Amino acid sequence: MNDWSRAASAGSTAGAAASAATFSGNRGLQIEEKLIFEQDSPGHCGVDLPEPAPFDGRLGGLERQGPIGLPGLSEPQVVRHFTRLSQKNCAIDSGLYPLGSCTMKHNPRLNEKLARLPGLADIHPLQPVSTVPGALELIDTLAHWLKTLTGMPAIALSPGAGAHGELCGMMTIRAALEARRDPRRRVLVPESAHGTNPATAAACGYSVDPIPANARGRVDRAALEARLGPDVAALMLTNPNTCGLFEDEIVEIAAAVHRAGAFFYCDGANFNAIVGRVRPSDLGIDCMHLNLHKTFSTPHGGGGPGSGPVALAASLAPYAPLPWLVHGENGLDLVEHRRGEALAAIGRLKGFHGQMGMFVRALAYMMSHGADGLRQVAEDAVLNANYLRVLLEGDLSLSFPGPCMHEVLFDDRFLKDTQITTLDFAKALIDEGYHPMTMYFPLVVHGALLIEPTETESKAALDEFAAVVKALAGAARAGAAARFRAAPLLTPRRRLDETLAARQPLLRWRPVAPRREAAE
Amino acid sequence: MTERRFTEDHEWVRLDGDLAVIGITDYAQSQLGDVVYVELPEIGHRVEQGKEAAVVESVKAASEVYAPISGEVAEVNEALAADPAKVNADPNGEGWFFKLRLDDPREFDQLMDEAAYQRFVAEQH
Amino acid sequence: MRYLPLTSRDRGEMLATIGVGSIDALFAEVPAAARLDGLVDLPRAMGEIEVERTIAAMAARNLAAGSAPFFVGGGAYRHHVPAAVDHLIQRGEFLTSYTPYQPEVSQGTLQYLYEFQTQIALLTGMDAANASLYDGATACAEAVMMANRVTGRKRAVLSGGLHPHYREVCETYARFVGFALAAQDPAPGEAEDLAPLIDSGTSCVVVQNPDFWGELRDWSSLAQACHDHGALLIVVVTEIVSLGAIRPPGAMGADIVAAEGQSIGNSLNFGGPYLGLFASRDKFVRQMPGRLVGQTVDADGKRGWVLTLSTREQHIRRERATSNVCTNSGLCALAFTIHLALLGEAGLTRLARLNHAAAVALADRLEKLPGVRIANRTFFNEFALRLPCPAAPAVEALAARGVLGGIPVSRLYPDRPELADLLLVAATETVTEADMDRLALGLAEVLS
Repeated sequence: MNDWSRAASAGSTAGAAASAATFSGNRGLQIEEKLIFEQDSPGHCGVDLPEPAPFDGRLGGLERQGPIGLPGLSEPQVVRHFTRLSQKNCAIDSGLYPLGSCTMKHNPRLNEKLARLPGLADIHPLQPVSTVPGALELIDTLAHWLKTLTGMPAIALSPGAGAHGELCGMMTIRAALEARRDPRRRVLVPESAHGTNPATAAACGYSVDPIPANARGRVDRAALEARLGPDVAALMLTNPNTCGLFEDEIVEIAAAVHRAGAFFYCDGANFNAIVGRVRPSDLGIDCMHLNLHKTFSTPHGGGGPGSGPVALAASLAPYAPLPWLVHGENGLDLVEHRRGEALAAIGRLKGFHGQMGMFVRALAYMMSHGADGLRQVAEDAVLNANYLRVLLEGDLSLSFPGPCMHEVLFDDRFLKDTQITTLDFAKALIDEGYHPMTMYFPLVVHGALLIEPTETESKAALDEFAAVVKALAGAARAGAAARFRAAPLLTPRRRLDETLAARQPLLRWRPVAPRREAAE
Repeated sequence: MTERRFTEDHEWVRLDGDLAVIGITDYAQSQLGDVVYVELPEIGHRVEQGKEAAVVESVKAASEVYAPISGEVAEVNEALAADPAKVNADPNGEGWFFKLRLDDPREFDQLMDEAAYQRFVAEQH
Repeated sequence: MRYLPLTSRDRGEMLATIGVGSIDALFAEVPAAARLDGLVDLPRAMGEIEVERTIAAMAARNLAAGSAPFFVGGGAYRHHVPAAVDHLIQRGEFLTSYTPYQPEVSQGTLQYLYEFQTQIALLTGMDAANASLYDGATACAEAVMMANRVTGRKRAVLSGGLHPHYREVCETYARFVGFALAAQDPAPGEAEDLAPLIDSGTSCVVVQNPDFWGELRDWSSLAQACHDHGALLIVVVTEIVSLGAIRPPGAMGADIVAAEGQSIGNSLNFGGPYLGLFASRDKFVRQMPGRLVGQTVDADGKRGWVLTLSTREQHIRRERATSNVCTNSGLCALAFTIHLALLGEAGLTRLARLNHAAAVALADRLEKLPGVRIANRTFFNEFALRLPCPAAPAVEALAARGVLGGIPVSRLYPDRPELADLLLVAATETVTEADMDRLALGLAEVLS
């Protein structure tokens, strides 16, 4: 029986608050909201547009033959609809989001204001370069900040998100190896790595060798070195790793990787732990992607957009994807084709130039913090995570003893014999008003609970959070399994049947009565 | 019908005339959780012992199903497309995956029998 | 520092609780050689006033589209976004929420993505759509890779009318992921016969409608030719507003649609973030990249939504994933959903008519200029103008006159001298008669 079924059968233990019936189905501020397709006023419109005077069209007979099927609503209806939807969501603005490996820090509103300046938001990527010198200046400034923080001489800015940046990095590595006429077939990836790492390596045509962790939670250096050979193209390593631990043998590992003629790719998702305190270039890294939507505060937006620039060592810089921003005789210029110094570029990874909207936000963030503030970010992030570690290690099972970096990893040993799983524990946390921590990742421990508070949480917020987690852990061990298995009870929806969703995929609304479709 | 034999990847196989019927064990289905989809091989496709022959998906995981023996796919269990839950409900019967025309009966003989498999599963914990 | 809540006193107390003397003790694992003892060589922290002044100065050096007669398209279009859209997407529960992995507290995000997926399916005439990808160009590459998976083949034919950035992205992916492309040459104004290029090794044919030059075509017979050979037809749409007026890809037999959604809800933003749209037939749904939202019920039997078919994705299949895509373009998808909800059937069709009317009016005017011809037989809101001279210097000269007159095709095809006299001109509902006058006048001056 899956977890949803258990939640359903535990419904009878729901508390009085959860079962207070209303006529509307609404519960106070929590409103039941239909789909827009179920609120259609045919012919209605929330935008007033003039009707053009009659004219001879030039669509060549390819006019649409039937209705599209979109609903019509007025502006008040649309505003109310999406406002109500927003009220069903957790958000950083509303509360602590302890999601390990996501870096859910505060999203400054200055970033939003500046990204909307017409001189930045209302410019087209293909208008003449001579009309957008300020845009190039901004991109160049961002590049300078990121190169300085990473210590790397070059940076590719076009990738659309972290996973895209990983793809970019691995493509430059493969291009460099091909240029050396030394094609290699294997990539080493720790077992604790984020799923995008092996997916990316496989996408680039490499076979993936997983490397186990050692008892201290770091990558097993001996196992790694045993797998190195002349057919290894790269090691993909996250540092600090997904267990929240600094790979203390990283310099030796880098040396071994280089001795084998391979490249060292670093997944920079956890850069928040070390920004301003450690320079990745000093660790021997050749290639590292950054997540502007993690370390540099651009908003998560419910799943993007992100931005994944890739810092590159000199050995990989010639292969960076287009476009390149170069300092020419007449100032900054864009190189959009493979010629001149960009002859060996791997080509284009994305349309146009990159996630400019996220560049503006990230630059505003970095300038606001400055060199001193960014260093403080890393220190406070690490301090906050260790504070939670110490507050919670007596109640939860700390996976690896000793200090952590910006995130702390627990596993489900503390739930042994309680009939409560990591999932149940997380769902109970939801009723307490918190989005759960990352669950079941990394895979190297059983029932992982990965907590990353970030530096934008106050000590009071951490104290409150820790108190609730401790109370829940106590309740779990005291045998309150039913409460956990029924959770969450106080949310807009209780546990949802994911099995049904996967067995009978319903991926869109369809009208109940058949409508006239476009002629086939 | 013969008795069943087992692999360490939790597949079972039994002989039915000149065909070998293959499925996943009760232990495997309980580990997977609710099965939501099964990707079956094409009829006529050749599979090799130990190589991937099918994929079984639950909500949270997708696992390869390896061919316990080599052969040519003769039949697949079409009923699983509409009702993948059969794999959970009756993994040893209606939840079968595919049938092979086997190459070499000795491959079958060399697999674990039921007692050995139960011991193997007990050791997993 | 305004974004850091910890005080010195807090830090001291917390260090004491942890049992270390200083923060440096928590960085002890960092190899000595890699420790930065001082600050990196970057400016110190700045208040809002100074950050705003610095970045606004950069912004002020740019000629914004709203400050000039504006006719630039080429895969990104300037449309009016109603004021309500930007207010709604900035609600904290949308802006600062995470991917909806905990569906009980993400029904807002999941419901709007379900609405978005429905809108895309309706617009494109397809069965199912995903919850977005990075942009149209990467969606195009993902479509080709999906066609390769579905057919088990590895060669794609690309129309010469495909946006060159889209082709270039496909080429990059082809080189590294390992498949072949037969990219046709650009031939504006000429008919393209792609059917003879399809054989038993072809996974798909990729066409764009309207194409890069703005030309419209019925691809139904090509769809048939593809299917006769067991190949898929992929149709790319770079101007999604066109689907308010023209026959959708689904009605022409398309198997996959890869499109750019920027035109609805999203500003030009100098090229990003944009919005990749992806739709396909039901039978291919399990091969789709990206996230999918599905409907289900909760423990009380109430309708709700979850991310589904996740076993295709990187966090489960890892090296066997359909794609490595994780973060996509959520907030841009929300802006699209809200804008399209405001437009509705009546609004979108009227908006599309306005766009076409503007382009027709502009074409009528420009065709009258001596030596100027329109290369298109048909168009929606963008067409290719053949000038009696190279287009690039003409565009610079227009810019000097404060007119953003379009895209010289040579910017995207620098090595094709036969295309150097082509200018791509777009006209949306934001273009006025006065704007068109200034372009016509400016061009006339520049050409004389």
